[in-house]
Amino acid sequence: MIARYKREFSVSLALGLLLLVLGIRRPDFFQGRNILFLVTDAAPTLIVAVGIALVIIARQIDISVGSQLSICVVVAGLAGRAGWSAPAAAGMAILLGAAMGCLNGLLVAFVNLPSIVVTLATLVIFRQTLLYWGEGESIQNLPATFQWFGAGQAVGQWLVIGISGAVLAVAMAVTNYVPAGRAIYATGSDFEAARLAGLKPKWVTFGVFILLGGLTGLAASLEAVRKSQLGPKLGDGLEMRVIAAAVVGGIAISGGRGRLIGCLIGVALLQTIAPALNYLGFPPEWEKACQGLIILLAVASDAFDRKKGH
Amino acid sequence: MDTLLKLTSIVKSFGGVQALKGVSFDLQAGEVHAIVGENGAGKSTLIKTISGAHQPDSGTIEIQGQIVRHLSPAHAKTLGVAVIYQQPALFPDLTIAENIALGLERGGAWRKIDWRARHRQARELLDRVGANIAPETEVRQLTMPQQQLVEIARSLGTNARILILDEPTASLSDREVHHLFGVIRELKKLGVGMVYISHRLEELPQIADRVTVLRDGAYVGTRLMAEVDRAEMIRLMVGRELSAVFPKITVPLGEVVLETRNLSCRTSGVMDISLKVRAGEILGLAGLMGAGRTEFARVLFGLTPADRGEILLNGKRGSVDSPAHAVQLGIAYVPEDRRRHGVILEMPVAANTTLAILRTISRGGLLDFAGERGIAEKFVKLLGIKTPSVSAAVGNLSGGNQQKVSLARWLATEPKVMILDEPTQGVDVGAKAEIHKLMGELARRGMAIIMISSEMPEVLGMSDRVAVMHRGRVAGVLDRERATQEAVLEMALGHASEVMA
Repeated sequence: MIARYKREFSVSLALGLLLLVLGIRRPDFFQGRNILFLVTDAAPTLIVAVGIALVIIARQIDISVGSQLSICVVVAGLAGRAGWSAPAAAGMAILLGAAMGCLNGLLVAFVNLPSIVVTLATLVIFRQTLLYWGEGESIQNLPATFQWFGAGQAVGQWLVIGISGAVLAVAMAVTNYVPAGRAIYATGSDFEAARLAGLKPKWVTFGVFILLGGLTGLAASLEAVRKSQLGPKLGDGLEMRVIAAAVVGGIAISGGRGRLIGCLIGVALLQTIAPALNYLGFPPEWEKACQGLIILLAVASDAFDRKKGH
Repeated sequence: MDTLLKLTSIVKSFGGVQALKGVSFDLQAGEVHAIVGENGAGKSTLIKTISGAHQPDSGTIEIQGQIVRHLSPAHAKTLGVAVIYQQPALFPDLTIAENIALGLERGGAWRKIDWRARHRQARELLDRVGANIAPETEVRQLTMPQQQLVEIARSLGTNARILILDEPTASLSDREVHHLFGVIRELKKLGVGMVYISHRLEELPQIADRVTVLRDGAYVGTRLMAEVDRAEMIRLMVGRELSAVFPKITVPLGEVVLETRNLSCRTSGVMDISLKVRAGEILGLAGLMGAGRTEFARVLFGLTPADRGEILLNGKRGSVDSPAHAVQLGIAYVPEDRRRHGVILEMPVAANTTLAILRTISRGGLLDFAGERGIAEKFVKLLGIKTPSVSAAVGNLSGGNQQKVSLARWLATEPKVMILDEPTQGVDVGAKAEIHKLMGELARRGMAIIMISSEMPEVLGMSDRVAVMHRGRVAGVLDRERATQEAVLEMALGHASEVMA
C-alpha cells in the first residue's frame, strides 16, 4: 500500500512539513479567511491540472492552456457584461475551450504533428489573436448577478471550490472505473500495443485534448466570476504551473502512469509555497526557485524509480 | 590460389541455443563462395562472425594466413573485410562523397576537409563499379540498387579483399542484377573474394564458384557449383530427420470460417491472396523472411487495410479497416514482437487480459473489477501463467509468461479466427510444448487458426494444410500428407507454383 502510493505520501509529507513550520513560526497563517482565500485561488488551477494530467498520461503535452484560459476568461467576461447569466457564460467558455482543444487534438492525432510544436504554435496564435481582438484591455464592472454566480462571495467561494472538487472526483472515477479511462493509460503506455488490442488510440489522443480544452473553459469561467478585473494575461504561465503540479503529483511525463489524486497534492504543494515564503519572510524571488527545485526532485525520483524497476 | 579466409569448427551459442555447431568455411582470392540455407540455418551468425560483430565460443578464424583472435568489427575492417547488407547502411542526409569519405578518411575531428579530393575519390570509386551518379548527390535520392553500388564502391576504397554480400539481389530487377553481376565479375578479376548469401538458387550457377550449405546451425557440405543442381541443394538444405513429436490431434473440420479472395495491399506488398480456413483447422503459413506472411496477417487484422479483394467471415463479406473492426468480427492477432506491442508492461495482468474486451466486462458503463479478476484468474490457471497475482505488472513477468498474457488477451475475446505470428519464437522448450498443446485444444473447440512460423518442423508438425508464400503471393497450398520439407522449401524459393488443396 505504502509502496504503491509512495509518491502521494512523500509529496503530502513535504506539504505537511511546510505547514508544520508555518504553524510554529506563523500560526496566523491558519486563519480561516486566509486558508479559504488560498483554496479558492487554487481551485481553477486544479481543474486545468486534472485536464493536463489526462493529456500527459496519454503521452502528449499541451502548453497552450494558458492562452486558452485567457481567451475563455475574456469571452466569459464579455458575456457577463452583456447580461448573460454566469452558467450560460460558463457554458459558452467550455464550448470555446473545447473547440480550441479540438484544433490541437486534430493536428496531433490525425495530422500526426508533435504535440509540443502544435501547442507552442497555438499558444502564440491564441494569445496574439486575443491581444489584437481585445486590444489588451481589461474587463471591469461586471454585474453583481454575474460575480460569484450572483450568490455573494461567502457562498460563491464554496461553489468554486465545490465545482473543482467535483471535477476531480468525476475524473478520478472515470480513469479508474470506465473503459475509456483505461484506454488513456494504454495509449500513453504503448500506442501501437493499444492499437493492436483493438482500442482507438488516435481517438483517445483527440479526446484528451478536447477534454482539456473544455476543462480549461470551465476553469476560466470560475476565474471570471471571482475576479473583479479580467485581463487578457490572466492565463500567462498557467501551462507551467499545471504541468509542474501534475509531474510533482506523480503523473509520469513519459505517459501511461500516475493517478489523478496526485494533481490535488501537487497543486496544493506548489500553490502553498508562494504565500508560505511570504509569511516566513523570504523575498518573493525565492518562490520560482523553490518550485523549480521541487519539480527537479520529482523528475529525479521518477528516473530513480524507473532505474530501480529494471 | 591464395586463401583469404579460413574458418575452422566455429561454435557460437546464444543463451543455450547453438546458432553455429562447428561450421568450417574457406574463401579463395577471386572466388564467389555462396552460402545457402533455410531461415535460421546460421547464415547471419556466420557473416557476423566473419565481420567481427560476434565472437565465436570456439574455433579459429584465419584471415589472409593469419590466425585472428578476438576479432572486432574495426579490426575486421582493417584486415580487409567489408559487408554489404541487404538494406544499405548509408547516411541518407549526406552526399555520396561524404558517405564514402566517412569510411576512408583518417584524421582528427577538427582537420580541414579537402572537398575536391573527396569528390575526386568518390568519382573514381563510383566509376570502378560502373555507377554513373554525381558524388554530390544526397543518398536519400538514390534508388536501392544505386545505394548498393555506393556501398560496394566504398568497400573498394578501403581495399577490401573479402566482400560479404548479404542477399544483394533481393530487391533488384533483372537488369540491375545483370549490372551487379558484371561488377562482381570485375571484382573477381581484381582478386577480391566474395561470400555470397542468396535465396535465389537459380542465380547461383551464373555467379558462384562454390556453394556451402548450412542447416540448423550445422555445416552440411561444400560443393563446386558446377556439380550441384537446384534439387540437390534443396535436398541438402532440408535433409533433417523430423524427430520432434507434435501433439497434433486430428479434428473433424467444420465450415469455412475465414476466406480471402484476391486480397491485396499494395503498400505492404501483399498480392492476390486467396485462402480458406475452416473451423478446427490449423493453416500454416510458411515462407522465407520477407515473403509477406506478417504483412498478410496485418492486412487481415486491419492494421494495413486491403486496397483490393475481399474478406469473408462465415461466408459474409466484411470489411476490416481497423483492428477495432477486426476484433468485432472475431479476428484475433497475436503479433510477432510481443515484447514490444503484445502486452502493456506497466499494466497489471488483469488489465492486460481484458484490454480487448473492455466493453464486455463493463456493467452500465463501469468496469466490473470482480468480473475482470475472474477472467484473468481463469486464464492464469488455464495457461499456467506464472505470476504472484493478477494485479502484478506484466513487466515483472518472464518473456514466456508475458507471451501467455498476450495469448490470454486474445482468447478472452473468444475469436473465431486466431492468427498466431511466430507463436513459439524465443520461448523455452517446455513453454513451446504447452503452446502447441493449447493450439490443438483450441482447434478441437472449433477455432480456425492461422499460424505463421519460420520453423519448418513446427509448420509441418502442427498444420492441417500449409500455404507457402513467396514475394507477397501464395506460391502454393499443400495438404498435410504432401507437405514435405522439400516441397515447402521448393515453393518458398519460388518457381514451383501449384495449388493442391
